[in-house]
Amino acid sequence: MHLTYPAVLSVLLFCTGVYGVLARRNAILVLMSVELMLNAVNLNLVAFDVWLSKAARETLHSGQALTLFTIAVAAAEIGIGLAIVLAVHRNSGTSDIDRLRDTAEGHGDDDPQAPTAAEKAEATA
Amino acid sequence: MTTTTLAVLVPLLPFLGAVAGLLLGRTAPGFVRPLAVLPALAALVVAALVMARQGGGRAVDAATQLTPTGSVPVELALHIDGFAALVAVLVAFVASCVQIYSTGYLRDDPRYASYAALVSLFTSAMLLVVYSGDLIVLLVGWEVMGICSYFLVGHYWETPEARAASTKAFLVTKLGDVPFLIGLFALATDTGSFRITTILGTVATGGLDHPTVIALLLLAGVAGKSAQFPLHTWLPDAMAGPTPVSALIHAATMVAAGVYFVARLLPVFEASRAAMVVLAVMAAVTMIGSGLAALAQDDIKRVLAYSTIGQLGYMTGALAVGDRGAAVFHLLSHGAFKALLFLAAGAVIHAAGTNSLAAMSRMGHLRDRVPDAFWTMTVALLALAAIPPFSGFFSKESVLGAAEHVATGHTEHAPGAAGWTVLLAGLLAALLTAAYATRLWLLAFRGRGAEVPDHGRQPLSMTVVLWVLAVPSLALGGVAYRSLPGWFASPDLAPTLTTSVLGTGVALVGGIVTYAAWWHTTAYATRIPLGAVAAHPEGDAGQVEAEAIASHRAAYGDLSSAPDPADPGRLLLGPLFRPAAAGFHLDAVYAALFVRPVQAAARLVRFLDREVVETYVRGAAAVPRLLGAAVRRAQTGNVQTYVSALLAGTVVLAVAALLVATGA
Repeated sequence: MHLTYPAVLSVLLFCTGVYGVLARRNAILVLMSVELMLNAVNLNLVAFDVWLSKAARETLHSGQALTLFTIAVAAAEIGIGLAIVLAVHRNSGTSDIDRLRDTAEGHGDDDPQAPTAAEKAEATA
Repeated sequence: MTTTTLAVLVPLLPFLGAVAGLLLGRTAPGFVRPLAVLPALAALVVAALVMARQGGGRAVDAATQLTPTGSVPVELALHIDGFAALVAVLVAFVASCVQIYSTGYLRDDPRYASYAALVSLFTSAMLLVVYSGDLIVLLVGWEVMGICSYFLVGHYWETPEARAASTKAFLVTKLGDVPFLIGLFALATDTGSFRITTILGTVATGGLDHPTVIALLLLAGVAGKSAQFPLHTWLPDAMAGPTPVSALIHAATMVAAGVYFVARLLPVFEASRAAMVVLAVMAAVTMIGSGLAALAQDDIKRVLAYSTIGQLGYMTGALAVGDRGAAVFHLLSHGAFKALLFLAAGAVIHAAGTNSLAAMSRMGHLRDRVPDAFWTMTVALLALAAIPPFSGFFSKESVLGAAEHVATGHTEHAPGAAGWTVLLAGLLAALLTAAYATRLWLLAFRGRGAEVPDHGRQPLSMTVVLWVLAVPSLALGGVAYRSLPGWFASPDLAPTLTTSVLGTGVALVGGIVTYAAWWHTTAYATRIPLGAVAAHPEGDAGQVEAEAIASHRAAYGDLSSAPDPADPGRLLLGPLFRPAAAGFHLDAVYAALFVRPVQAAARLVRFLDREVVETYVRGAAAVPRLLGAAVRRAQTGNVQTYVSALLAGTVVLAVAALLVATGA
């Protein structure tokens, strides 16, 4: 199989992920899009590893090993991410990213309450 | 022990006493009194030993250099000649008397511990000035005395008079000390040394380049410290401090420091004829002005304060005619009888419950309440008025004799004009001195009216000291005028016939005229009732005095004078009475010349700081603030916007990197 196919597939996957991160409103779907981007990279790692080992320049299959690492890390990461989303949802009653604007600049320029609100958002996040 | 070791001990003992007193004052109150009295007495004994060893012979000189100090070396040096030895004994003697007196006077004072420690520190500083052979070390003692005086004048800081007086004393003396410091540096630059012996050696060979400038700069400091015109205004106000402080600082020691300094460096001043004439004019104005002012004061201590200024005028007068022997002779005898006058006045104030002469003149039998103070004060007033054979007579005659000597042209030390100025002013001041001494005595002790309530006898510690001080007031002059010339290596100090007759004559005239005026005016005394009296006459003397000072303005509307038609001074001075009571309005002149310009300058600085400097600071802050407000608009809180911007930035950077890499 020519290297182009997995490469194009991973580009498509990555772009879908980017679009999802930028455009989805639900936090869980954003996390899923992040997973898509991660897996696009994984796909690249495997494809290039195979291609390089075919050329006998690389025999340790470090690309595939790294992929396994990435999958493990991604599992941990999605766990933490989902926990955060759950906590945010409990706190503010929504997981809609458009409405989670606690870090926005306050309504008044010198409102002393603005930083405390930001701090609260940070603390909950 | 060598004489040098003993001499080092003299200032060191009171200093250690002061440190121990300050440290133990709160934890061990039982030690405070011994720690106050014993170091002073020990210093007196050691100073007497030093005097006996020095014996008026060759000066004892010792110096050690702790560390190199740049161009002109500063050394810890001693220079003990006859002047230093005798003045140190006087200082230690008066300080011991004052410490003993204070144990009775401030018996119940809650701040006695710090008071006694400051008096000890002050004594130590004065002894340092007296013994020091290096001008910078002398300056250290000089300034320590200034700050001790500030704290002691403000001892009753609850009263606004004491607060104002202490600030004034400090600021006015500092007004003189700044030129003094510059003068010292100029002197050291010219002679290449701060050592007194080296300086005198250089001056003797004519090595002084700018004698007039240096002498006038130094004179400013001397005028401030010794309360000479025009920097004398702090001394009458400083009477707001406790009476023992007035006796020690403002009669016998600190104010004498200026005179003593000039006496030590007299050749420097003699190098400039202009400085000598200025000194003479200063002395003349001081003598006459203070005499007139003393005649109009109502507060018994302010009379004595103006009298001190006048007597210091005699000393500077003696220096202006180049006779330091006469100046220091008068310093010694004046130190004894003026300390006695103040301490006796403290006892009188305690018994009468007032410091106002007008109120005392309406009290009967005051002299019977304080017989010790009455008799000793009579002796001291006779000494002050220079009636033979009291000590003041001999010392004052030595001053007048020296002035006459110069006026008739028998010496080239000083200009003849200075001699005539001092002689005439001295005779006029002798008249005024006798007049105000008589007035003080008559008003205080010959009052008629309700009997003074009896608060019991004065404490023994107070009365014994008065008699101890009465001895030198009575006898010092007659003994000393024969032996002192040997100590001072100066010409004869014996009174000459002309000045003796003239001086005693005018003094008698002044006394008799005042008596006649008092006889004439005393009939008015019954018309105006008694004025201010302290609220707690049974308290300790310090408390009575503080209350008396606080009530004077309330009763009479003025701190220094009282509207009393029975006052003989009013009749004698006529239209001059009102300005004399106000010290010839010199305070108003100072307010116009110094106080208001300084306040205006302060307002200007405040304006510059608030309106000009702060505008720049605010501007520097406002610009970043505006920029920040603009940037802050990007912070919408929408994470996806941020990520989009990040992505766009990454893409742009990647494209740019790619273009650079491919060389496009």
